[in-house]
Amino acid sequence: MITAGCDVGSLTSKAVLMKNKRIIGSYITKSRVKPEVSAREAMQGALQQAGISEDQITCCVGTGYGREKIPFVNVAVSEIACHGKGAKWLMPSVRTIIDIGGQDCKAMKIDASGKVIKFITNDKCASGTGRFLEVMARVLGINIEDLGRMSRKAKTPVILASTCTVWAQADVIKYLNSGYALEDIGAGINTAMANRIAILANTIKAEKDISMTGGVAKNEGVVTTLSKTLGQKIKVARKADPQLAGAIGAALFAEEHKTEQGGKQ
Amino acid sequence: MIVAGCDVGSLTAKAVIMEEENIISQAVVLAKTRPSESAGDVMEKALKKAGLSRGDIRFAVGTGYGKDQVSFVQRVESEISCHAKGAWWNRPAVRTVIDIGGQDAKAIQLDDKGKVVRYIYNDKCASGTGRFLEVMAEAMEVDLEKMGDIGKQAKERITISNQCVIFAETEVVSLINEGKDVSAIINALHRAMAGRVVSLARSIGVETDVVMTGGVAKNSGVFDALADCLNLPVNHLDGIDPQINGAVGAALFAREYA
Repeated sequence: MITAGCDVGSLTSKAVLMKNKRIIGSYITKSRVKPEVSAREAMQGALQQAGISEDQITCCVGTGYGREKIPFVNVAVSEIACHGKGAKWLMPSVRTIIDIGGQDCKAMKIDASGKVIKFITNDKCASGTGRFLEVMARVLGINIEDLGRMSRKAKTPVILASTCTVWAQADVIKYLNSGYALEDIGAGINTAMANRIAILANTIKAEKDISMTGGVAKNEGVVTTLSKTLGQKIKVARKADPQLAGAIGAALFAEEHKTEQGGKQ
Repeated sequence: MIVAGCDVGSLTAKAVIMEEENIISQAVVLAKTRPSESAGDVMEKALKKAGLSRGDIRFAVGTGYGKDQVSFVQRVESEISCHAKGAWWNRPAVRTVIDIGGQDAKAIQLDDKGKVVRYIYNDKCASGTGRFLEVMAEAMEVDLEKMGDIGKQAKERITISNQCVIFAETEVVSLINEGKDVSAIINALHRAMAGRVVSLARSIGVETDVVMTGGVAKNSGVFDALADCLNLPVNHLDGIDPQINGAVGAALFAREYA
């Protein structure tokens, strides 16, 4: 049985195709204005990678903020549930998941079965979300992908005292104008981001194993600093791209949904 | 007796020179990198306008975020005390001062003697401060000073759902792309801004008379939206630039200390 998961986020849309709990195709694309267009694009990409056609999909689950608008899904499931399930698949030992999306951040605790038992989310303030890093990368004139390694290269990271993205941006501009090294500023940005996430993680009393998913999990500077702050090593799954966690969870839900349905018939 | 008050804010510095009960000179300059420099500049400007020199000032009081770096003042006072004092001197019936500056917003409650009963301020989040309007003006490519008037021409009532400046900016860009009228968007921004500040003010309680001060009080859109949102009349200070209220308060303190 082939199942699909489609996660339409505010900045990126992701699709995953799974067969017997293994990924056979996946795709990440920038979100368009219309969620249905983003979903279609992501799904086409995944289908192409897997070399299969849409009618071979037995069941498809949608998630993410645009989940209600995806025409081809059979069921829509909340992001929290999908991220919990996806993270568990990526790393079975995980109990705390920190997911940083483009415009939100969530921290959740799951039990041994992958069920979400506690969660907290922020989508009101850009601080602590991917958007914070995006704004800062633009000010520095670098690619967001290059921000992560700056923490390693920095000699004396700057301190960004403001939580607010707008004020922090003004601080970064001041540091730039005062001639601070780019790496030192970049490292300061990663630390500020990690500190903000740590507050969220502490609120739900993060327990090991802690894993990070979402696009920001690819920023080694944030991950390393957060590990230090929490006093726990943050593990980032290698099994698949951590940005796919929600879509993976959705595809797994699709399989369960079909199996349950089959059992009832 | 001639006294002076100097309010060194994050975006502008203000100076007021008083002789007895009268403001005889005032000046506002954009803040420089160093607060000491901004303070010196604005004071010189005010002195020059009045045809005075430093030696003519009997006592000077500093306030604002850069107050500790002003070399020529004999004392410093908190912004809250100065704003309260300035507003009460201008309008003794005032019980609530709502001050929106370039990088902060405050609400101050006074008793009938002009004493500060309680206050609250936000300088942690750019939402609900002058910066909110600045960012939006830039995003829409309109003059900050013209926003008040443009917002009044709105024919449609829309709502900005995001509070965060960063997210609201994205929302504004999508509204423009959807073809919404700039005047309607600006109108919505003024209401969003007022809503944010009103919730701050309500947390300490709002009593009449309400006075709005700070640079943002010059934006009639925010001013009217504030009154609407509070469902109370909101007043301007009588006959003075709302931006210099803190400096007036500082000068009034100087008069007491002299």
